[in-house]
Amino acid sequence: MDFTQYVFYFFATVLVFAAFMVITIRNPVKAALFLVLAFFSAAGLWVLLEAEFLAIVLVLVYVGAVMVLFLFVVMMLDINLARLREGFGEYLPIGGLVAVLMVIEMALILSDGFGTGRALVPHPADYSNTRELGRILYTAYAYPFEIAGAILLTAIVAAIALTMRRRPETKYQNPGLQVRVQRNERVRLVKMKSEKKS
Amino acid sequence: MPLSSYLILGAILFALSVVGIFLNRKNVVILLMAIELNLLAVNMNFVAFSRFLGDSAGQVFVFFILTVAAAEAAIGLAILITVFRNYRTINVDDLDALKG
Repeated sequence: MDFTQYVFYFFATVLVFAAFMVITIRNPVKAALFLVLAFFSAAGLWVLLEAEFLAIVLVLVYVGAVMVLFLFVVMMLDINLARLREGFGEYLPIGGLVAVLMVIEMALILSDGFGTGRALVPHPADYSNTRELGRILYTAYAYPFEIAGAILLTAIVAAIALTMRRRPETKYQNPGLQVRVQRNERVRLVKMKSEKKS
Repeated sequence: MPLSSYLILGAILFALSVVGIFLNRKNVVILLMAIELNLLAVNMNFVAFSRFLGDSAGQVFVFFILTVAAAEAAIGLAILITVFRNYRTINVDDLDALKG
């Protein structure tokens, strides 16, 4: 086995182990941390596939934002762990059987590599994953790109609309009222005689 | 590594995610994490195919899957927080207000 095969098996083993721990561990915080480990291992595998831009995006966006969000929520919720484990073992035999069958079926179909036992065609030395993605993302796929932006905007609006609570005692500014203010509401001229020392 | 190695890895991750949904029916947070694993398996397939078939469109699609997955995770967690605020539980058994 050469070095890339070692790297592949190492990352793949860590990934499968972390995924297994995510679904079996009791504590949601630890499960979220194992999911972070799984994403890091997947990013390593994608670097091996020369998709380094997507690997970095996975780490920055998925781990850095989405998993941090998960951890925030998990730590905010006061979860009663004892009740949540009920029925865990009840479906384990059939769940395990379904999983094993699925993997066997998929492995049988996928194991010939789709025809010619495809080998890796090496990229030229100046191949840049970022440039290749940018080349088609902003030209051929510009419309889906804009739609993705609209989806993110929808997500922002939805998340804020669901969870924002207005507290009555918080102070905030109302620019409309600020602009409409009149001088006589702010300034009052008082005529006073100047004082003389007697 | 041949293409089939990556595809079988994706298959194993997908199966683990399905088992995770089977096992964690009561815990909504772990359920969301199993769905994220699902999307990771699909992304692995896309990136592997894109590399071996020389078509960058697969990687562009992974880009969009990541976008949609992030949006879905955010909204799912917002719903979870709202449910928790109102019912003080994330146990799926207690969320039966719509039952007939």
